[in-house]
Amino acid sequence: MKVAVLSGKGGTGKTLVSVNLASVAKESLYIDCDVEEPNGHLFFKPKNYASESIEVKIPFSDEKLCSGCRKCVEFCKFNALAFIINKVIVFDNVCHSCGGCILLCPEQAFAEKDKLIGKVQYGVSENVTVMTGVLNPGESSGVPIIKKLLQDIVSGPELIIIDCPPGSACIVMESIKDADYCILVAEPTLFGVHNLNLVYELVKLFKKPHGVILNKCVEGENPAEKFCLEKDIKVIGKIPFDGGLGTLNSNALISVRENKKYHDLFASILQVVTKEGSYETVTNP
Amino acid sequence: MKVAIPVDDKSMSTNVSQSFGRTPYYLIYDTDSKKSVFLDNSAIASQGGAGIKAAQTIVDSNINAIITPQCGENAAEVLKTANIKLYKTINFSVQDNICALNDGKLPILEDIHPGFHGHGGN
Repeated sequence: MKVAVLSGKGGTGKTLVSVNLASVAKESLYIDCDVEEPNGHLFFKPKNYASESIEVKIPFSDEKLCSGCRKCVEFCKFNALAFIINKVIVFDNVCHSCGGCILLCPEQAFAEKDKLIGKVQYGVSENVTVMTGVLNPGESSGVPIIKKLLQDIVSGPELIIIDCPPGSACIVMESIKDADYCILVAEPTLFGVHNLNLVYELVKLFKKPHGVILNKCVEGENPAEKFCLEKDIKVIGKIPFDGGLGTLNSNALISVRENKKYHDLFASILQVVTKEGSYETVTNP
Repeated sequence: MKVAIPVDDKSMSTNVSQSFGRTPYYLIYDTDSKKSVFLDNSAIASQGGAGIKAAQTIVDSNINAIITPQCGENAAEVLKTANIKLYKTINFSVQDNICALNDGKLPILEDIHPGFHGHGGN
C-alpha cells in the first residue's frame, strides 16, 4: 500500500508523521519526495548503498536553421525562450523540459543537451529502506526526480510511505499520483485550516481516499478538527503538542524507536491507515 | 533614442514601478520628439519568466534604453544581448528621471539581482 503524506505548508509535521509511520511498521519503504529540502534522511541516517544522477533534456537552437517564426517563444508557458537579434536564447533554469518547442519548430532547428539537476539516493535504516530525492538549488522543477523515485520503487515492503513536498503544486500532484491513500497533516489554527483546505481540494480532485492527522493538538478548540467535522473528513489520528516529542524530533531522533508511548501512538495511527487504505481500495478501485 | 520606464499607471504623474518584469505599464519616452506613449506589460500575469517575456516586449518595441530601480538577471541578459542600455532610477518620479537622463546624470544599473521568481519584490 502506497501512503502519501501531505500538507498545505511546510512545518506541519509531514516528515514527523512519515518517518515514524515508516519506522513503526515491520518493514517499509520511505520515499522522500520533498526534493527541494529532503530531511527524512536526517532522522534515518541511512547507510546509502547507491546514488544516481538525474538529468533532463534542455533544448538549444541552431541559428542557421532558425527562420525566426517565434512559434517556440510564443508557445513556452514558462517564458524560457527569447528571440533576440535573429537568435533563440534558452534559459536553462526556467525551462521545464517539456519538449514543446522542439515539436513545434517547423524548421527542426532544435537539438537537446543533457543537464544535471539532482540525484536519487538509496539507503537502509534498520527496518526501513530509504529513498531520497535531491534537487540542486536553483533548478526549476523537481518533477523528473520524483518520477524517477516513484518508478524505481523496490518490490518487497508492503508499506510505502511517500513524504510529499509542501503545498499543492505540480510536484505534489506527481508525488500522490499513484498513492492508494493520502494522509493530510494539519495544524490546529485558522491558518492551518486554510492550508488543510488546499490539500483537501487536491486529494478530492484526484479522488484519493484520505484522512487527516491533527498535529500539535492542545486543550481547547481546534479549528482544523472543526473543519474535518464540517467536511465529513475522517480524523485518523491526533498528535499532542508535546515537549518530549518535540525534543526527540528536534534532535533528529525517530520517536517510535526511542519511546514506547510514541511507538504506541504511531502504531495505532498506522493501524487505522492500513484499515482505511485497504477498505477504500476495495470500495473505490 | 527611445527609453522605457516601468510605471504604475498610464499617466505622466504616475510613479516608477518597483518591478521591471511585473510592472503593469511601461512609459516609452522618445528623447528626440519628447513624446511619450504607454505600453501594456503582458508579462505581468506570467506564472514564471515574467522578466524574460517583458524584456522581449521591450526588445520588440525597438527600445534603446531602460530606466528602472532594479532588474533581474534573466531580463538583464535579454536586454544586454539586444544591446539595450540599463539605467538606474534616481527616485520614483518619472519627470525627475527623464530630466536626469536628458542631462546625462542617470547612473548605469550595475546591481542585477538574481530574480524574485514569483516571490515578492513588488
